[in-house]
Amino acid sequence: MTVTAVLEAKGVSIRFGGLTAVCDFNLAIQPTELVGLIGPNGAGKTTVFNMLTGVYKPTEGEIRVSGVNTRTLKAFDITKLGAARTFQNIRVFKSLSLLDNVKIGGHIHYKYSWADSVLHSITFREHERQAEKEALELLSMFDLDHRAHDEAKSLPYGDQRRLEIARALAAKPKLLLLDEPAAGLNTGETTELMQQIRAIRDKFGIAVLLIEHNMELVMGICERILVLNYGKTIAHGRPEEIQRNPVVIEAYLGEAVEV
Amino acid sequence: MDSFLQNLINGIGIGSIYALIALGYTMVYGILKLINFAHSDVFMVGAFMGYYGARIFSKLMHGSEVVEPGWPLFTLVLLFSVACCGLLGYLNERIAYRPLRNAPRIASLITAIGLSFLLEYGGQMVFGPDPKFFPQLLEKHQLQFLGTSITSHTVIVLVVALIFMGILQYIVYGTKFGRAMRAVSHNFETAALMGIPTDRVISITFVIGSMLAAVGGVLYGLSYSKIEPLMGIMLGLKAFVAAVLGGIGNVPGAVIGGLVIGIVESFAGASPLSTYKDAIAFVILILILLFRPSGIFGKYQAEKV
Amino acid sequence: MRNWLVRDLAGIAVISAVLVGISYFLGWIPIPGMAYYNRVIVTIGINIILAVSLNIINGHAGQFSMGHAGFMAVGAYTSAYLTYFHFQPFLATLAEGPGRFALQQALFLGALLAGGAAAGIAGWVVGLPSLRLRGDYLAIVTLGFGEIIRVLILNIDKIGGARGLSGVPAFANFFWVYFFVCIVIIVSWRLVRSQVGRAFLAVREDEIAAEAMGVNTTHYKVQAFVIGSFFAGIAGGLLGHYLVYLNPGMFQFTKSFEAIVMVVLGGMGSISGSVLAAVILTVALEGLRFVKEAFGLTSDPRMVIYAIVLILLMRLRPQGLLGNRELGDFFRRRKGGDR
Ligand SMILES: Nc1ncnc2c1ncn2[C@@H]1O[C@H](COP(=O)(O)OP(=O)(O)O)[C@@H](O)[C@H]1O
Ligand SMILES: [Mg+2]
Repeated sequence: MTVTAVLEAKGVSIRFGGLTAVCDFNLAIQPTELVGLIGPNGAGKTTVFNMLTGVYKPTEGEIRVSGVNTRTLKAFDITKLGAARTFQNIRVFKSLSLLDNVKIGGHIHYKYSWADSVLHSITFREHERQAEKEALELLSMFDLDHRAHDEAKSLPYGDQRRLEIARALAAKPKLLLLDEPAAGLNTGETTELMQQIRAIRDKFGIAVLLIEHNMELVMGICERILVLNYGKTIAHGRPEEIQRNPVVIEAYLGEAVEV
Repeated sequence: MDSFLQNLINGIGIGSIYALIALGYTMVYGILKLINFAHSDVFMVGAFMGYYGARIFSKLMHGSEVVEPGWPLFTLVLLFSVACCGLLGYLNERIAYRPLRNAPRIASLITAIGLSFLLEYGGQMVFGPDPKFFPQLLEKHQLQFLGTSITSHTVIVLVVALIFMGILQYIVYGTKFGRAMRAVSHNFETAALMGIPTDRVISITFVIGSMLAAVGGVLYGLSYSKIEPLMGIMLGLKAFVAAVLGGIGNVPGAVIGGLVIGIVESFAGASPLSTYKDAIAFVILILILLFRPSGIFGKYQAEKV
Repeated sequence: MRNWLVRDLAGIAVISAVLVGISYFLGWIPIPGMAYYNRVIVTIGINIILAVSLNIINGHAGQFSMGHAGFMAVGAYTSAYLTYFHFQPFLATLAEGPGRFALQQALFLGALLAGGAAAGIAGWVVGLPSLRLRGDYLAIVTLGFGEIIRVLILNIDKIGGARGLSGVPAFANFFWVYFFVCIVIIVSWRLVRSQVGRAFLAVREDEIAAEAMGVNTTHYKVQAFVIGSFFAGIAGGLLGHYLVYLNPGMFQFTKSFEAIVMVVLGGMGSISGSVLAAVILTVALEGLRFVKEAFGLTSDPRMVIYAIVLILLMRLRPQGLLGNRELGDFFRRRKGGDR
């Protein structure tokens, strides 16, 4: 292998008390890949994200981000390795402006100290000018630049999700992890968003791991899909293979009743 | 050896008062995840109700405010104070906390701090800022015990505290209400969905906690005889530390935590470190929070993302 | 030449000159009771420093600290120790004159900064455990730390213990108090518009999201504590050298509570709100003094009124006077907030 995988998870499991939420999870993502992680509600998708990004520590197994073992790392260290995420239950900084939200996204790229901030040194000004420019660019990519100074909580739901993506992109990640970015959007918005995710991947040349609850949505854009059910990987392959896989169909049929 | 036993007994005495207050903190925290800062001031009010109750009942019983010690008077005064504080606890919850049930937690916390100061300094205005001498509700005897001399009051404090803790233990683990309370504490939303009247459970929890604080207040007056409106601050903080030490939300934990703090302080008070006595509870608190944030008996809960 | 540094130094010089001018003007105003008004004005200044510095911890970084009085005490005693035992005796050996005057000012500045540094170190120590605690636990721990500091001071005989320390040199005055008022406001203002301040805000808004964006939340919480405590220490130093007397009782947690009321009333996170609230409350407090005398109250109604203000505020306007905005925001076009 010539390039290091941006993400490598080997035999990852986590237990909460008696419940094994994720069991023997394996996944490697190469740079610029767009991978889907799907499964019914409660399958353990978000838990996988939480382990990959260091919010939870796996009970077993090994996770490498950009080749570095993350066992002893904190969430913010993992971000520095190049993995940035969004959250299923939106976690934008609600009472901060859109601009500040995105600037915080770029936090790891600021290289000045509190003393620079207090003295308004040259380093400070250069960084801030750069940050402002980049943040506005990202906002305009999502058509949010005209509201740059509004509080994030004043945005409609869908825009908050997009703001969260912009914020994650500000970290200039090698791997973008999106947790159900389409949740709560209508069909039109969803299709648009999926196209946009693909465009982001192409524009920034980064890998994307996309969680989606609805299987149909990811089929069109992902190159590879992994299906979780009750914490176990029940299928892993190209979209066409997944679509035809009887185990997957059953897992989803079982759920269809409750949806 | 004598002084060892003496310190131990003194520690258990003050420890059981910490425990009575800690129970109120732990129950309310268990349910609302709120440090009810005003709880320690309910304890103070309890002591003052004992003070005024003693005069009122003496007057009613034999026409004079001069207190004649005796069990009937003690019982009446205790019940009077318990009733007053129960009502106070109910009003606190109803007027100050309930309207903020859906507000950010910081709002409830600040309200709790405000309420606490209101009772303390309002108490100064109503009861007067100077210390008052708590009447001798019961006669004091010296008892010989394993070669040390202890007062009958220490024994009474312990016995009465134990009786009320027993009652609480029964309520929490042996009654339908207790089950509802534990359910609300475990998961507020689910309990509400299951048809448990959460508002009523919360009210009753405040009432019970405040009643226990009143018992603590009267017992404190009985054994330390000096009471003042700001006395709840330190005692309350230490009782809160006791609750955290025992694992917040855990009823037997609060009792053990209270006893531990009382005993440690009592020994520290008799050692060369005595001038640092008031800081010890906080040192303990910081150490627990650093090394075992869930306390002795609590279990740690990670935040769900 | 680093022209930004030159600009800041020039700014400081201008501020100093203006303050010197004002203090001469205040000294000159020939109305009876001017000494009293002067004291009120200085008290306001000290309270502004307290409120703005606590706002960095409570309002910006969202860490609910109840131990501000403890940090203040550390600063007060450290700087008083230096001036009382070392600088004052040394200055007394010098001849009167502008040289001595200048040296005294320089040494006093040094003592204040040392007090601030000591308080900052205390803040660092307190900030460390705070990394594992949230909300109300942190409140209790900081309160406990404040009390521990007080008990420690009570036990140090050299600085007066429970008796207090009288005869602290009267070095503080209008100029020094308002000099630091300007500094704390500028520092806090610039911080919150920088990467550091935004990290504070991110920690306040959502710790998990902040960590996901690469913010080392622990680091920034501690940093907020250190900066906030530093200025609390400065305020303590100013207070001691203004009242020429120190006593552990001055730093009980009612003092921390006063600072909290100011920050909450002003609007957590709003610098101008903290300033405004500090002014309003200090003036109101002086008014209450008259109420107390007029009604012949035996106890101070101040805390009762504070308490009621706080409770009502949480019911009626939990975001405080200004919310998390600044005064200036109200004059500019209203930005699409939903309030
Ligand atoms: N912190 C936690 N403590 C206990 N159980 C958890 C925790 N986090 C997730 N779980 C459980 O793990 C399972 C998987 O949840 P999740 O990963 O959120 O599913 P998905 O994102 O696929 O819908 C669920 O049963 C959930 O209750
Ligand atoms: Mg999920």
